[in-house]
Amino acid sequence: MSRHTLSVLVENRPGVLARVSSLFSRRDFNIHSLAVGPTENPEVSRMTIVVEVEQLPLEQVTKQLNKLINVLKIVELSQDSSVQRELILIKLRADASVRSQVVTVVDMFRAHIVDVTADSMTIEASGTSSKLEALTKLLEPFGVRETVQSGMVALGRGPRSITSPTSRTDSVPA
Amino acid sequence: MTQSRPAPVVPTASAVAARAASSEKAAAERAAADRAAAEKNAAEKNADRTIVTEQMTGASSVVRSLEEIGVDVVFGIPGGAILPVYDPLLDSVKVRHILVRHEQGAGHAATGYAQATGRVGVCMATSGPGATNLVTPLADAHMDSVPIVAITGQVGKPLIGTDAFQEADIVGITMPITKHSFLVTDGAEIPRILAQAFYIASTGRPGPVLVDIPKDILQAETTFSWPPDISLPGYRPMVKPHAGQISAAAKRIAASRRPVLYVGGGVLKAHATNELKELAELTGIPVVTTLMARGAFPDSHVQHLGMPGMHGSVAAVAGLQRADLIIALGARFDDRVTGQLSSFAPGAAVIHADIDPAEISKNRLADVPIVGDAKDVIVDLINAIKAEHSEGVVADMTAWWAELENLRTTFPLGYDEPFDGTVSPQYVIERLGKIAGPESIYCAGVGQHQMWAAQFISYENPYTWLNSGGLGTMGYAVPAAMGAKTGMPDTTVWAIDGDGCFQMTNQELATCAIEGIPIKVAIINNGNLGMVRQWQTLFYGERYSNTELGTHKYRIPDFKLLAEAMGCVGLRAESKEDVDRVIHEAMAINDRPVVIDFTVGKDAQVWPMVAAGAGNDHIQAARGIRPLFDEE
Repeated sequence: MSRHTLSVLVENRPGVLARVSSLFSRRDFNIHSLAVGPTENPEVSRMTIVVEVEQLPLEQVTKQLNKLINVLKIVELSQDSSVQRELILIKLRADASVRSQVVTVVDMFRAHIVDVTADSMTIEASGTSSKLEALTKLLEPFGVRETVQSGMVALGRGPRSITSPTSRTDSVPA
Repeated sequence: MTQSRPAPVVPTASAVAARAASSEKAAAERAAADRAAAEKNAAEKNADRTIVTEQMTGASSVVRSLEEIGVDVVFGIPGGAILPVYDPLLDSVKVRHILVRHEQGAGHAATGYAQATGRVGVCMATSGPGATNLVTPLADAHMDSVPIVAITGQVGKPLIGTDAFQEADIVGITMPITKHSFLVTDGAEIPRILAQAFYIASTGRPGPVLVDIPKDILQAETTFSWPPDISLPGYRPMVKPHAGQISAAAKRIAASRRPVLYVGGGVLKAHATNELKELAELTGIPVVTTLMARGAFPDSHVQHLGMPGMHGSVAAVAGLQRADLIIALGARFDDRVTGQLSSFAPGAAVIHADIDPAEISKNRLADVPIVGDAKDVIVDLINAIKAEHSEGVVADMTAWWAELENLRTTFPLGYDEPFDGTVSPQYVIERLGKIAGPESIYCAGVGQHQMWAAQFISYENPYTWLNSGGLGTMGYAVPAAMGAKTGMPDTTVWAIDGDGCFQMTNQELATCAIEGIPIKVAIINNGNLGMVRQWQTLFYGERYSNTELGTHKYRIPDFKLLAEAMGCVGLRAESKEDVDRVIHEAMAINDRPVVIDFTVGKDAQVWPMVAAGAGNDHIQAARGIRPLFDEE
C-alpha cells in the first residue's frame, strides 16, 4: 500500500461531502485523511484526500470520483512537487516545574504555545505528518491530556494553480 | 490467405429483417430526437432566444417543465407531500399520469418504458414511504444503466430534519443507487433541475436521477422560466473515442486468430445494433451477447454463439475462455459472466470499449482501453479495420471456427422432458417465443424462468428483451411489462414470470386493466422458488428449506381467479397439449390483460451452469458433464 494525495475541486453545494465519503465507503476505499475548505472561488470547495491504495485501485478511486456530477477536477499531488501540511493541537499536563523543558521542545519544532494554565499547556504545530509525529513523541513523557489533528492540506509547488487549464502534468489519467 | 468467414445468415423471413431495421431505426430516431432536444437546450443558453417567464406555483412549474421536456407519461401515486403537483397534473393534456398500486410498480414501469422505447421513464411518489418504495427500482435501474427520473415530494423545508410525519432522507438513502440526485431548495430552480435531471439520466452512461421537492416549495408562488441553463461544469461524458486507441484496437482485431465480440447492454443503449452487425460481418468474428444485450445481435445469425456466463451456452463460454482477443463493447465483465475472475479467459488480450471510464480495467485489466459511445466506437472500428484489410491484414480464423462449431453442435442448448409427466417449463417458454414471435417484447422476472426465457426464445430485434440483470429484482416483470406496453402500445408485450416473482408485484394488473394496458403474463408456475430450489438440490443436499410456495399443493393463490379478480382474463394450461392452444387464445385477446397459469414441473433445472465462484472452464453442459474441463 502506498499513500496518495488527491486534490479534488468540487462544487460548493450541500451534500457533496456526503457523496464523496459515501463513495469511498461503498467502494471499500481506504481514506487516511480528508480535509475540506473554501477556495479563492466561492462556488468551489477543495478537498484534500489522502488514500492508501496501490496504483490500480487509485485509478478506480479517481475514475469513480470523476463520475460524481459535483466533482470538477482531480489532481494527484506527489510528495516532491507539493507542499503538504497538517495542523495539530496538543494539551499537556505541565506545571511550572516542566514548563521550560516544554518550551525548549516547542521552539525546536517551531511550534507555538497557544494556551497556558497553572497545570496545563496547549501547543499548536503545523507541518508534515512525520514532523508532527516526532513532536508528539517528544512531548509524550510530559503527559498528553488531549490531542486533535487536522487532515492534510496540500498545494502544488511552483507558479501554476490547479485551476489553470495548462496544469496537466500532475493530473491523474482519467 | 484464406479467411473462414461464415456466410451471414439473413433471418428466415425478410419481414423480420425489415422489422428489425425499422424498430432499430425508430428507436434510434427517438434517441436522436431526445439527444437533439438536450443539445438544443444546452445551445439555447447562448442563443438570443427569448426566455419565457411566468409566475406560477412550484407545483405548476413541475408540470410545465415536464411538458416542455416532452414527457408523455408518468407512473405514480399521490400522497401528502407530492399532492400539490397532482392538482395541475389533472389539467395537463400532454402528460398522462398512470395511477399504479405500489410505488415499486411505478419505478419498474418507468424502467420498462425506458428499456422498450429508449426514452427517459418517469415515476413520481410522495415523501417517506412513497419515496422509500422507489428504492428497489432505483437500485435496479442503476445496476442496468436505465434512464429514469424519479420525482418525490418531501416534507416542507422547515420540517426537514425534525423526523416529521412521512419524512425520509431519500436523497441520502438513494445516493449510492442513483446517477445523481437533487434536493430542490428554491422554486425558481425547478425547471433547471428537472431539465438537468433528464439530461443526466439520458446521456453518457444512462442511469436513474432523483429529484426531491419539499412541499412548501411546491405550494409557493415562483417564477417559471424556460429554457433553463443546464450546463453542468462537472459532467462531460466522453462520446468520441480516441483515434490512437481505435487504431491500436483495429490492428489487434485484424491480426487475431481467436477473437470474440463480447457484446453488452451498452450497444443497445447506444442504438448501435446495425453497426454491430456490420462490424461482425466485416470481420467474421464470433459474437456473444450478455443477458443485458439479448436482441442486440440476431440469435439466428450464424456468427452468434449465444449468451455467455453462469447459464450461458457452452460455445459462448468456451469462446471467451479460449479467445486470444476479447473485444468488449458496452459490457462490464460482471461476475456472472466471468465466473472466477482469476481463471477467466486466461489467454485473451482485452479491448474494452465503454462510455464509463470507471468500468474499464475495473474487473479485468484492459490492454486497449477505449472510452466512448458504443456507436461511435464501432463506426470508427469498422473504418479502421477496413483500412487494415485493404493492407492485406486478415487473420485466418478457420481453426477457431471449427473448434467453436464443434462445441456448438456437440453441446447445443436443450432440455430433457420431465420423467414424471409434468409439463416442461422450457417447452412452455420455447413455444411462447415461437408463437408470439420476434416482433413481441418479452419481459422476465428473476430466476429459472428468466434464464430459460433468455435461452429458449430467439431474439431477432433490439429492445425486445427486458429484464432485471444486475440487481436481479424479483417482481420486475409485471410492472416493467406495463411500462413497456405503455410506451409501445402497438407491440405485443409478454411478461414471463415465476409464481414467486408474480406474487411480489401482480397488483399492477389492476392498473393495467383499468388504464387499458393489455399486457400478457405467462406464469411459469412450478410451485416453488425455482432457482433457489435448484441450488438447494445441487449444493444443499436436497434440503428444501422454505422454497415451496404452495401454489401447486394448495393452489393458493389461484392465479386464474386472481387474474379475473383484477379485471384480467385468467387462463390455465396443465398439460403439454394445452400449451399452444392457450397461448393462441391469449394472443387473440387485445382488449384486456391476460394471465396464463402454466402449471409446470418443479424439478426442471437451468443448464448449462457454472457454479458460483467456480472458473468458467468448469461449465457443466448438464449436471456432471464438464465439456471444457474433461477433455483437457
